[in-house]
Order: sequence, then structure tokens, then C-alpha cells
Amino acid sequence: MPKTSSKTNPARELVFGDLWEYDPAPETADPKLKPRYDLFINGSYVPPRAGKYFGTINPAQETKIADIALADASDVDSACKSAQKAFTHVWGKMPGKERGKYLYRIARLLQDHAREFAIAETLDGGKPIKESRDFDIPMAAAHFFYHAGWADKLEHLAPGRQVTPHGVVGQVIPWNFPLLMLAWKIAPALAAGNCVVLKPAETTSITALKFGEICQEAGLPNGVVNIVSGAAETGAAVIQHPLTTKVAFTGSTEIGKSIMRSLAGTEKKLTLELGGKAANIVFDDAPLDQAVEGIVNGIFFNQGHVCCAGSRLLVQESIADAVLAKLKRRIAVLRVGDPMDKNTDLGAINSREQLTKITDLVQSGVTEGAEKHDNGCKLPAKGFFFRPTIFTNVSMSHRIAREEIFGPVLSILTFRTPDEAVEKANNTSYGLSAGVWTDKGSRILKMSTLLKAGVVWANTYNKFDPTSPFGGFKESGFGREGGKQGLLDYLRVD
Amino acid sequence: MSHRLSITKTPKCYVGGAFIRSESGRVTALHDASGTFFANIPQCTRKDLRNAVEAATKAGPGWAKRSAFNRGQILYRLAEMMEARAAELAEALTLNGASKADASREVAASIERVVHYAGWTDKYEQILGSVNPVASAHFNFTVTEPMGIIGVIAPDDSPLLALISLILPAITSGNCVVALASSPQPYPSILLGEMLTTSDLPGGVVNLLTGLRSEMLPTFATHEHLRALSGAVNAADRKTLKLGAAESVKRVHLLKAEEPIDWFADKRQGVEEIRTLIEFKTTWHPVGA
Repeated sequence: MPKTSSKTNPARELVFGDLWEYDPAPETADPKLKPRYDLFINGSYVPPRAGKYFGTINPAQETKIADIALADASDVDSACKSAQKAFTHVWGKMPGKERGKYLYRIARLLQDHAREFAIAETLDGGKPIKESRDFDIPMAAAHFFYHAGWADKLEHLAPGRQVTPHGVVGQVIPWNFPLLMLAWKIAPALAAGNCVVLKPAETTSITALKFGEICQEAGLPNGVVNIVSGAAETGAAVIQHPLTTKVAFTGSTEIGKSIMRSLAGTEKKLTLELGGKAANIVFDDAPLDQAVEGIVNGIFFNQGHVCCAGSRLLVQESIADAVLAKLKRRIAVLRVGDPMDKNTDLGAINSREQLTKITDLVQSGVTEGAEKHDNGCKLPAKGFFFRPTIFTNVSMSHRIAREEIFGPVLSILTFRTPDEAVEKANNTSYGLSAGVWTDKGSRILKMSTLLKAGVVWANTYNKFDPTSPFGGFKESGFGREGGKQGLLDYLRVD
Repeated sequence: MSHRLSITKTPKCYVGGAFIRSESGRVTALHDASGTFFANIPQCTRKDLRNAVEAATKAGPGWAKRSAFNRGQILYRLAEMMEARAAELAEALTLNGASKADASREVAASIERVVHYAGWTDKYEQILGSVNPVASAHFNFTVTEPMGIIGVIAPDDSPLLALISLILPAITSGNCVVALASSPQPYPSILLGEMLTTSDLPGGVVNLLTGLRSEMLPTFATHEHLRALSGAVNAADRKTLKLGAAESVKRVHLLKAEEPIDWFADKRQGVEEIRTLIEFKTTWHPVGA
């Protein structure tokens, strides 16, 4: 242990070293899970017609949590038909004011059940409980609350034009923010007057299926929301079904492109929120401690399973050493482990498959000559975990600088001039988000103008709000979610 | 007095602010409604399309940076140029058999449409953009940005009005356009090019190609520098374009050419058409000392 001295004022973690371990602080409330989840179709839970189920596991312990119904094309067909029926007979005719009240009820009920949803989310997906508790669930409720108020004000969205709902919307969501992505999809769809058939991700179905209970508790008319769990084939059935006239997808660019191809012969409306490889740009006048916190939040939030993660750090050359030193110190104290522990910073990687993908890409970084550094922390014996990792000596051609890793891995590059920063930041086929750290307001605005990205965070990162449109440029997809711009994507404009 | 031999015009495509023949050297003979030879129209190729995209790439940043007021003035100047040559435009429309009255009506509607968009350049941002009341201490705002280069594929109906109705919403917001005119009725696009060149619109902002739709569509579909496709085409062409668009997640806004489209209708113009060809960018700006 280093000798302490009042003069050098060493950091706390150096003073304490390994002297004391944190006490475990597990969240213990009951997530009220069922051993088996059926499909939520037409307001009831129904078993899949083929009788097939698949297990969903806790990625932190590799233990099975529940059996999840596997919907096939006939189940999807029945969900789409019940959505169409609800749209034609009930939801599509209902005054917006009344629709809005159902959404307000859902928002309130999500708040009532917030703790149990947070725990279910963390058990099933592996994210730290502090994130599901303080971010995912409250933000999901906020999205319903925001969109509820739009339901009777839709005519303000497209002045001079008629807006009408599409009818049945097919939605496929990813595993990184299961309930929040559901809220991003369902809240605007319902506010606009559509009915939905939603497929959650294979590894994280529980909170979506639990959401059916919220719909029941809210007295939402049968068929307005249908949840069909399953894998890729189930999603394809939702997207391809003739009744889903509008399709919304969040996931990888590769799958987004295949969806575009599969719908090429149809007249379906499509919005896509796809991958990213965001640049987080730190200028030499940035408040460095704040920037380091932002860099950490940008790449390690939700284990880096974030499409807009700040996975490419661009640091101005003159401060690169200082930033790297601070970053290493900060990473040294990040706590990786039990997602249910309230002190955990990085929980479990969502699946073995994802862990393999991250491991492979990290290996490619080493092979291609970048310099790897991780915090060397002890990882739990069971479960899927990965240490917070940073790479220096990264060149723009390295795979770790080009491909979306979707894990806690940061690639660090440097720049000299603002022009070079812009060029490097935009040198990607993605364009979802970017970060800018500087003390100058005018530079923020200039950089924001030049960066080809749908969201630009200045002196912050990974901030979200229901009123703030989110979505990408280029191969990060099209359409927006949130705000009036996002809502309009759920309406036909005539 | 001996009869004077008239000078016939060699129609050329307007690309990068210059008038070009196709690099292929190929032409298509154009006949008037009575079957009399009228002129040879360039039959452009995918190479011409790529050259046009290159010209648009050079013009793009400058055009997007023009002030909204300036873009409006330039579009209004285009209306002035078209008004001055309205009779010539109308005559071009009668080539394929349109009545004089219908031709004049289409020309008038086209000019009105230019004026309509000239007035939008400094207003659409205030309708489409927003300041968003987020919960945190940020000034959060959403502004629009042009997508870049838009591929426009014009239908055969209303060959002037449809073409200009597809081009205008794109350039109003600072996009550049590479457009393919109607294959059987390309001549109005040749004249339009001559008016664009005198309208103060920077060269390369609008590029007008003529040629066979079936030959050119696959390149429109897959050219990665075209960020969006806008047009009116039949079902098979829509599929071709959408399949190609998937390769680079290109935005696609296609009307059905197999169904009648009333290009004169008010809903064929306005801020909604502009919205389909812009990107939204949201900035989180800190608020504090």
C-alpha cells in the first residue's frame, strides 16, 4: 500500500486500497415472477398454439428464471387479427382524450409497480439495479405520461394536413433496455391511435410480458396491445404480416437492412433505429473531471449495451495523457459484479453470445496492434461478465474503431484541430449520436452543426427525455423516437 | 425572299451547371404528336449519373450553407425565369399531344409551385424544428438538416409539374438533386435546365438527366452517395429501388405511378414534402454558469 502524505493528497481509493470490501447491498424486493409466461394476445395470456416454450436465464448466474412462450406465425397472426379488430371497433374510434386517459393510467401503474419491474429487468437482463431502478423504469413511465397528453392534440403535429393512425403497428425491440424500448414504441403508437403487436428480444421477454398485466390492470381494451415473445422468426412474422401496415424496429444495422429488403415489395411504412459508433470528443478546454465522468457514463452505462454508446473517444492531443491517466484511475474503482447489488456499476453481459462477440472484437483490437487496458478486477465465477476495457494506440482502420462492439470497450483516438475531430467523428457509416466536451458554447453549436449524427450531447452523455427526439443519420436508421417528430412517424399524413 | 433555314436546338442535359451530352454518345429520337422528328435527346447512362452525383457532392455544402433568405430569393428568381419563357415550356408540353390549354395550366401550376417553395425556405424550420422541454438543465433543441443528395425519379404524367414538384421540396431545405426526367417526355426537363442555369442556383445543386428509366434505376437504387430517393414509379420499380436502398439504409419516398396522381393538388406541395427529405438533429446544450 502506498504511503500517504497530506501534501500529495492521494486519491481515496489509494488510501484504502483493498483494506475493506464493500458489504453486499442486494435488492431483495419480490419481482413477482411467474414460472411460465404465455403470450399476451387480445387482453389475455394464452399458450402458444404449438405449445413450445424456451427458457430465459439470469445472465449473472446462468440460472433459469422462467419459461417463455415461443410464438409461431399462427400466434402472430392471431395477435395481428386481434389488434386489427381492436383498432377497427374500439381504439381507432375512441376520442383521443379517452385514449390519453388509458396512457396516463399505464404511466401511473408502471410507477406503482416500479420496484418489481426494476428487479425483473435486472434479473432477466443483467443490468445493475441502480440503472433499472433509477433510469429504465422511471423513464418508461415518463414516456407513457408524455405521450398520453398528445392523444387529443394530434392535429397540431402536421399543420394544414390530416393525420390518421396507420392501424396495426408491428414492433420489434432489442434486449438492452427491454421495458424502456417497449415504452418508446408502444406509448407513441397508442397515443396516435394505433394498436400494436410487439415482439420483445429473445433474452429479455419478462418485463414485456409483465407489461400485459399493467394493460389488464389499466382496463385497456382487449387487443390494443399484444405481446408475442420468441426469436428472429417470430419477429419476421410480425414484420411480414399483411396487417402490420407500419413497422418499427430497433436493433442492429445488419438486421435493419435485411428488414428493408424483406419489405421492399410492400407499401409498409418503416422506421429503424439501428447501430452506432459514436464519437465522444474532448477538447482541451473541457472541464476534465466532468468529462471523465461523461466518458465513463458514455461507454460503461448498461455495460456498453447502448446503441448510442460513446465508444470512440476523441481526445485533443495536448490533454490526451491527462485524460487517460484520470480515466484509468476512474476505471480502477468501477465495481463489476452482482447486478442486484445496489453498489454495482457494471452488471452482467446480457448473454453468452454477446460476451463472445465482445471477447472476439477485443481480441481483434489486440491482434491489430492497439494497446489494451482493463481494470483487472475480479469477476464472479459464474455468469457473463466483462471488465471495463480501454484501448489506446487505436487507428481509424481497426475493427474496434469501426464496428459496434455493444460492450464495455472504449477505443481512444486523438486529434489536433477541430476539423480533424469532425473528420474522424464523421468517418463512419453510422450517425446516431456524438458527444462534445468544451467550455465554449459557440464551439458546441459549431460542432453540433458539423457532426453527422442525430443526437449531440454537449458536456453530458447518454441523456434521454420523452420530449427529445432520438434517432440516427446514415446507416443508424431513419425516423425519430420522442418529441413531436417521433410521434408523427406513427401517423399517416394526408 | 428566300426561305430561311431554321437553326435547330441540340437538347443537352444540365449537370454540374453545364450542358452535357451523354458520355455514351447515345441519343433517343424524340418525335412530336404528329410523328415528325423533333430532336435527339441524350440517353444518359449510369456513368452520367455518377458524374452528376459527383457534381452534386461538390455543390452540396455550399448550397446547404446559403442563408434561408438567399435560397428563397434564388427560387423566386427561378419562377421569374420560367414565367419569362412560359410559352416555350407550354409548347414543349404539347409535343406529346397535350392541349394548349392543359399545357398552359401545367406551366402556370409549375411556376406557382416554385413561388410556393420560395416562400418556405425561411419558414419550414420554424414549423418542423422544436425546443424540447427536457427535465434536466439543458437547452434541448431539434433542428433540421438537409439529407444530402436526393435521387429524383419523375413519372410520365405531368412531365414538368411532377418533376419540379419532386425537386423543389428537396432543394428548399438545402439538399442537392440528381433527377431523371420522364423517359417518353424528357423535353420539359431540357428547358427547365436552361432556366435553372439563369436562376442564380449554383451549378450542381440540380442535375437533370434524360434516358431510359429501366437502365438508370438500378444505379439510383444502389449509389451510396444518394441519401434518399423520391419519385413516382410503378410497383416493380419501387421494389428495385427499395432493395437497392437497403444496402446503405437510404430513405425512400415513392408514390405509386400506377395510380392517378393529381400533381395540381395542394397536398402535393408544402412542409410535409420538405419533412420527408430532411434529418432531425437534437442537441443537448448545457445550461449553467
